[in-house]
Amino acid sequence: MKSRVAYFGVFTALALIFGYIETLIPISFGIPGVKLGLANLIIVIALYRMKLSEAFLLSVVRVLLSGFLFGNYFSILYSLAGGLLSLTVMAVMKRQEGFSIAGVSIAGGVFHNVGQLIIAALVVETFSVTYYIPVLLIAGLLTGLLIGILAGGMLKRLAELSF
Amino acid sequence: MKTFLKLKKKDWLLIIIIICVAGLAFFLHEKIGGRGANCVTIKVDGTIQGVYSLAEDQEIEINGGTNLLVIRNQEANMKEADCPDQLCVHQKPVSKNHESIICLPNKVVVEVDSSENSEFDAVTN
Repeated sequence: MKSRVAYFGVFTALALIFGYIETLIPISFGIPGVKLGLANLIIVIALYRMKLSEAFLLSVVRVLLSGFLFGNYFSILYSLAGGLLSLTVMAVMKRQEGFSIAGVSIAGGVFHNVGQLIIAALVVETFSVTYYIPVLLIAGLLTGLLIGILAGGMLKRLAELSF
Repeated sequence: MKTFLKLKKKDWLLIIIIICVAGLAFFLHEKIGGRGANCVTIKVDGTIQGVYSLAEDQEIEINGGTNLLVIRNQEANMKEADCPDQLCVHQKPVSKNHESIICLPNKVVVEVDSSENSEFDAVTN
């Protein structure tokens, strides 16, 4: 039981650090707001290895911590909306038969962007953000696929570990 | 690589659906995007001189007569300008959202807009 707490701490730290490392990688996709979402790699792994409630808690804790450390009120709001919607969709997808980790992760990536776009539309109070939908869908698809491939590889190597 | 990338049938289906939705959204936006346009905003040297409806045909003298804008058939066209290059006069009429005619010598900007649009496109921090 104690080790669960320890693992949760390690996962939180990993998610935080991955989010930070990402800001150091000088790769720009040329589109504002589009990033790889390395921290989601940890969330996907948590989804497959931890209880669902723990994965949700991890997601919230990560967003709040990285928001307080590096971001501001708005970045927390956006990340929370994206992260929670993404995780909810991934949890539902995981229960369906026939989706691989990559598929679940793709849905997660896409809905992460959709969640943020919804908040953006509410904050700006126009629907002119809708022109961004196609861009964000495709971006979510690609980043989700990449994260899914990474998560699949990592889960295989973590097979003997159980938390 | 092959061992990592084991996409199942439903994964491919999901990918195809997402691409289709993205394509549809793009297409719809292209189609509908211009529809909201119903007025032109005329700015001289950055200050708004007036907003005119595209629905009614009219002729507007800008800047005390340096430029003449004609609105006809939901389109705005620069008819006359007293500048030497006449670039804005030769430009084709504008009717879609965010299209604009610009006369640099007279600092005149004519931009198509929809009246519901707020003053700001977006707010960033």
